[in-house]
Amino acid sequence: MLNLPAIFHNTKVYNNMSKDIRIKKGLDINLVGAAEQTTSKAVLSNVYALNLDDFHGITPKMHIKQGAEVKAGEPLFYNKNKEEMQFVSPVSGELVEIVRGARRRILSLKILADKTQEFVQHKPLDLAGADAEAIKAFLLQSGAWPFVKQRPYDIIADPDATPKAIFVSGYTTAPLAAEADYILSGKEEQLQAAITTLGKLTPGKVHVSVGKSGNSPLTQLDGVTVHKISGPHPAGLVGTQINKIDPINKGEVIWTVSPQDLIIIGELMLTGKFNAERTVALAGSIIKAPKYYSTKIGAEISTFLYASGVNQDKYRLINGDVLTGSKTHPEGHLGFYNNTVTAIPEGDDYELFGWNKPVFNKVSTTRALTFSWLQPKKKYDLNTNTNGEHRAFVVTGQYEEVFPMDIYPLQLLKACMVKDLDEMEQLGLYEVAPEDFALTEFICISKQPHQQIIREGLDLLHQEIG
Amino acid sequence: MGLKEKLHTFRVKNQDKKWFPVFSGFHTFLFTPNEITHHGTHVKGADDLKRTMNTVVMSLIPCLIFGMFNTGYQHYLALGEIDAVTGGFFGSGFWTWDNFILGFWKILPLVLVSYIVGLAVEFVFCVIKGHEIEEGYLVTGMLVPLIVPVDLPLWMLAVAVVFGVVIGKEVFGGTGMNILNPALTIRAFLFFAYPTWMSGDKVWVHGAVDSAGAADAISGETVLGFLAQGNTTDLAQKYDLADMFFGFIPGSVGETSTLLILLGGLFLVFSKIASWRIMLSAVIGSLTMGLIFNGIVAAEWIPEYSKFYSLMSFEYWQHLLVGGLAFGIVFMATDPVTGSQTNRGKWIYGFLIGFMSVMIRVFNPGYPEGVFLAILLMNVFAPTIDHYVVRGNIKRRMKRLKNATIYPKVSGEVEALKTETV
Repeated sequence: MLNLPAIFHNTKVYNNMSKDIRIKKGLDINLVGAAEQTTSKAVLSNVYALNLDDFHGITPKMHIKQGAEVKAGEPLFYNKNKEEMQFVSPVSGELVEIVRGARRRILSLKILADKTQEFVQHKPLDLAGADAEAIKAFLLQSGAWPFVKQRPYDIIADPDATPKAIFVSGYTTAPLAAEADYILSGKEEQLQAAITTLGKLTPGKVHVSVGKSGNSPLTQLDGVTVHKISGPHPAGLVGTQINKIDPINKGEVIWTVSPQDLIIIGELMLTGKFNAERTVALAGSIIKAPKYYSTKIGAEISTFLYASGVNQDKYRLINGDVLTGSKTHPEGHLGFYNNTVTAIPEGDDYELFGWNKPVFNKVSTTRALTFSWLQPKKKYDLNTNTNGEHRAFVVTGQYEEVFPMDIYPLQLLKACMVKDLDEMEQLGLYEVAPEDFALTEFICISKQPHQQIIREGLDLLHQEIG
Repeated sequence: MGLKEKLHTFRVKNQDKKWFPVFSGFHTFLFTPNEITHHGTHVKGADDLKRTMNTVVMSLIPCLIFGMFNTGYQHYLALGEIDAVTGGFFGSGFWTWDNFILGFWKILPLVLVSYIVGLAVEFVFCVIKGHEIEEGYLVTGMLVPLIVPVDLPLWMLAVAVVFGVVIGKEVFGGTGMNILNPALTIRAFLFFAYPTWMSGDKVWVHGAVDSAGAADAISGETVLGFLAQGNTTDLAQKYDLADMFFGFIPGSVGETSTLLILLGGLFLVFSKIASWRIMLSAVIGSLTMGLIFNGIVAAEWIPEYSKFYSLMSFEYWQHLLVGGLAFGIVFMATDPVTGSQTNRGKWIYGFLIGFMSVMIRVFNPGYPEGVFLAILLMNVFAPTIDHYVVRGNIKRRMKRLKNATIYPKVSGEVEALKTETV
């Protein structure tokens, strides 16, 4: 009863050589409408768009003017603070619109695609002979660099830094998210090329994690340290894995790449072309036939949304999964980092005595007349209702049940809210990304915006400490 | 147009009114709002603060109803009109209509005053500050009538509630921000503002105060009060263990039935609303202190004529059956806002509450009870406990830092070269 293992759990030193990691704390949110594992080719989109919000913290500087013609893989803009870092067009066509917001901030870039696609042809790099600087220069110039993200701060990796390790998570636990095992199958060649490339960028290891019971092509690769992960969400998040395998200390840098982006990097290394093609899961209870589509970054979502069909008019369309994605609409465009599009019912309705009647159709970690604990395997059709109002933090001890990192979540959130830089640093803000706080946000009784709090905390720390 | 639509139209129309939070407070009790997610997670868990608070209130209801029966029972028993209950928890002579009616009319006003005055204060603050009404008072308002003596004058209760809510909660910023448990602040205010009333041996049984000095005066002493008078040996004649466990003893309204408190506590632990860590370690703490006192008596370090002798020699585990210890451990110590917030801190916090409760109970010269003082004391120290627990985590992180693999920035050298050439 004393729960001694839990007490000593925190002091355990994680062995870097360990291959099997079992995450106990967490919560699997089982939703209706998982994508069936068949892939269709999506209708070609007329207009493709890059949403600048996807590139957090980047100040864009345009290369070309509205109306200019670009090839696929040709730079559209660059990072003002790091001029070598190019952001390229996913398709060839005409830059038809630069959508601007307040103070002329660029919101998105729209490209009208040509009928026949032309690619910028890079000279493939001789991987065996290339050193880290040459590879970095190649990735920066070819537009693949933004796929490499870094911790701390959860931003596009700073190419001047040297990471102590690179992490790729091939284990999918987020609700309705595209199964990594499925979208990577058959791409072994590209994956290997990408891993070899990344391996040259760090003196440390390239850690790749896969599901323990899965069948991931990542396990067959050379030059990786494979970890077999099991357990509920957030076991599949790279942040959880870093914390268990090789936690980040102040001053250290870790780079992370999503597995689907490895394919684009790998193809670029092999053929010299930036091919923005991507397999996307279209999922959620609103979708009539949830399945996978092969399309391109920036494609209009309606090009595959209506192929599967929606079963009602009022719904929430999400670029990404239900925990971390961003709100969009059928005319919106697939995000730069997304391989999941989810559609769930909107919940803008009142519920009589919703606060005290027994609840059978929603997910909860408590048993306060909420009965999801009775059927852990049941699939739920959750909507976007907040199920209550925003309140001050009251309840304690519940975040810890779904938060597997060796970090005090409530204390870190509060440190971010009061902008206490010392505390933020000491409590482990360097190790986390907003997505790591998605589950605590989901179960939060006070309905606090955890991810936003962490994002603002990271931005502040980045700005103050650098 | 149904009620739902009518209220919605009304809500939209009056959104900017000063009294809007008050309407909203009532509206959200009828209907969970139509609020949807905008940023962050698009779906949310089923629980909100109302549900959490409601769960605690539900677990208190058995204690409240029992308190009503017990009020009548103690009154008629003291008058000699009925015989002591026999035959277990559902024994005859306790669950009677007469007992209930008397208790109901005594306790209902306490509940109403507690809720009406407390919520009025909350509403005033919400309107002044223009924020939503938070649900913290739902539980406080139910706890207060359960931890006061039945013959407490209503005006005293009203004054105490105003003090407790304003000083105990609102000055810190309302629900979630308070340092002291508001219900216990109210209890402590009563204790220190009206000590002769609260610590006497009269207020615990209805009618005892009015009849004081008369020929047919009835006694309203609690078990602890009885012990504090040095009546060690006579206790067994007055109450047996079953009486104490079932709750057929005088005391504050809702604190007497250890059985129902235990059931409420189990419900709270099962529903994962209250911390089992705090409850368990508080029980361990109180048993530890009780054993120490028993040991002192057994070792004959204390003479029999000492005024602490009878309470010290009280069987260690029976401390949990009398007074407010069980109630305090289950419903007050587990308040997440004022308690320790880290899991490890909860062990320490709970243990010290149990430990101090029994200590204060034995040594308190004016009034043989210590639970509320112990919890308030630990409320103050909870942030300190958490501070040291969290330091442990930080220390681990600092230790790790020594082996950090930090590479210098690539362009750092390049820039240095540049400045040299310039």
